[in-house]
Amino acid sequence: MSGESILRVIAKILLPLILLFAFYVQFHGDFGPGGGFQAGVIFAAAIVLYSLVFGRSEGLRVFRPEWAERLAAAGVLIYGGTGVAALLRGGNFLDYNALNPHHPSHGQELGIFLIELGVGLAVASVMTTIFFTFSGRRRSR
Amino acid sequence: MLTIQWTDVLLLALLVATALVIVNMSNLWAAVMLMGIYSFLSASWMLILDSPDVAFTEASVGAGISTILALAALSLTTTKMKHPRHGALPLVVVLVTGAVLIYGTLDMPHFEDPNAPIQLYPDPSYVDRTEAETEVPNVVTAVLASYRGYDTLGETTVIFTAGVGVLLLLRNLKRRRRSEDTA
Repeated sequence: MSGESILRVIAKILLPLILLFAFYVQFHGDFGPGGGFQAGVIFAAAIVLYSLVFGRSEGLRVFRPEWAERLAAAGVLIYGGTGVAALLRGGNFLDYNALNPHHPSHGQELGIFLIELGVGLAVASVMTTIFFTFSGRRRSR
Repeated sequence: MLTIQWTDVLLLALLVATALVIVNMSNLWAAVMLMGIYSFLSASWMLILDSPDVAFTEASVGAGISTILALAALSLTTTKMKHPRHGALPLVVVLVTGAVLIYGTLDMPHFEDPNAPIQLYPDPSYVDRTEAETEVPNVVTAVLASYRGYDTLGETTVIFTAGVGVLLLLRNLKRRRRSEDTA
């Protein structure tokens, strides 16, 4: 169908831009609006768009569910691990100053980067997992 | 003295109009689309209120992911609303709850009152301290990720729990079905 090919071409052009924007929002959150949560949702939206246009099985091939589950757990662990790392370096839980005692503000930057990474991973994986699990159900009669 | 911003009036009028149309609509597919529009209008409204972070979240979560999840739910059920017959009780409950909420707003400080709690707490010194303490230009990020790191850890855990809950509920169902097929 001609309509579908237009959809596919447009999606192919848009997808890299959406993914790039997600990374921009992820790593630029401390300078502009946004952060891990928004970036994770945008990243998940790209995967949802891909599987809506090219089919669910194709989407599952790109973003495999067993990865998504592990990445969601890894995101929360990165967040908690950053807090524990601060504890081990003699600070309070999630006190990023302790990550770099010589330059506390650099420690803050590192800590915020790490926890935003954790949030982004967890949100993107959970959103795609929820979408794929729901779309995998058949209509109940 | 309040000055009337016509963009504000227009946006709020559009919000009210969209909400009224959604309430009166029986085609659920169109209602989901209109809820996406409602979300985008709220995002624009948040942008006018100088909170781009909230606007960003509203646009990506409210208009993006929520719409897709609602459509996924619709594909499993039906797109036409059934009209249930209500007695007078639900109307009474709604009116009483609304009256209590309005009664609660009577205690709130006057709009644009400089001594209102929202202007005094959280401590405005966050805005002054952030640049020196964290060298992060976006104060919202600094508050969310650093000063209120515990809260954000909790939120991330909530999202993770939601994912685990969906997986546990729907996966079990699949496995049960498969064992029924083989039996």
